[in-house]
Amino acid sequence: MAGDKRKVQEINAGSMADIAFLLLIFFLVATTMNTDTGLVRMLPPMPPEDQKQEDIKVKERNLFLVFINGRGDIMVGAAGKQDPIDLSQLTERTKEFIVNPMGDENLPEKTEKEIELPDGSKWVYPVSEGVVSLQTTRDTGYQSYIMVQNELTRAFNEVRDEVALRKFGAKFSDLPEEQRNVISKAVPLKISEAEPRNIKK
Amino acid sequence: MAVMKKKGGKGLPAISTASLPDVIFMILFFFMVSTTMRDQELLVRYKLPEATEVQKLEKKSLVSFIHIGPPSMTMQAKFGTAPRIQLNDSYKSTRDILDFVAAERDKLSEADRASMTICLKADQATKMGIVTDVKQELRRANALKISYAASKSLGY
Repeated sequence: MAGDKRKVQEINAGSMADIAFLLLIFFLVATTMNTDTGLVRMLPPMPPEDQKQEDIKVKERNLFLVFINGRGDIMVGAAGKQDPIDLSQLTERTKEFIVNPMGDENLPEKTEKEIELPDGSKWVYPVSEGVVSLQTTRDTGYQSYIMVQNELTRAFNEVRDEVALRKFGAKFSDLPEEQRNVISKAVPLKISEAEPRNIKK
Repeated sequence: MAVMKKKGGKGLPAISTASLPDVIFMILFFFMVSTTMRDQELLVRYKLPEATEVQKLEKKSLVSFIHIGPPSMTMQAKFGTAPRIQLNDSYKSTRDILDFVAAERDKLSEADRASMTICLKADQATKMGIVTDVKQELRRANALKISYAASKSLGY
């Protein structure tokens, strides 16, 4: 018979590429590439409404005020002694404030704290009491706010890197989770965001 | 002469396209792995601000988004160009954030609720006033872990 002689006919795979193209185009359209990145912050919890709000007393030297106005100008410094600076200087000023290398009387004080290391031993580190207070007006642009937040984060990250290099011999981001927690305790990210001030134009 | 004749008569052999599907499948798998599904339609336009110290959002399922920005082109005739807040698939006001957070929290399991993150995606031209209102509402709703969405830049 003729059928016996003939081999089983092969399935034509010529359109396979077209099918794959179709799927490819579907995925190109229906998905997005960007991964979400951002600056992570913790908001302070809301105080109970019936409770009279007491101002938390912070010593003047422990407070670093950062103001941003509607035009994006920045003013920093201890209360009453602020001066306008450029964004590029902000990281340096913040770092100086956090580290206080010379033990300056006008810069934040430090308290020795015992921090438990992952291997069980204790590590005493002078933790800075400084708090960065960030204030904006209602018409401050989000862009300049994020730029300032970024510079502040950069300052904290650089200090953490330095401490991590001294203590564990590696950069903060390269450390394992437990050691990172230790460094986070030694250099806490203290950025307080007050409610914006209403400034009449 | 004979050589020339031979060349002219035979012509170039056709390039085999048998491996074309494999190549396309490879590209397809690359896109399937490296992209994520678009989950909601955007009603606001935003251009994220740029920052250098950004962190990746770890678990996508624990993240809820709040979009802030001027309405998208097709919606501008109806809603104007003043910045709006988008929750899920519609414009909402700051008062609805409380309910939104509660609903998002209910979706998560008991153990995950503490690590719920709210990602604020705001246009870079937004004023801080509206952002602060949202933040105050989030504090009231006790959703304290937030992330200011920003795209990674390599410095300036």
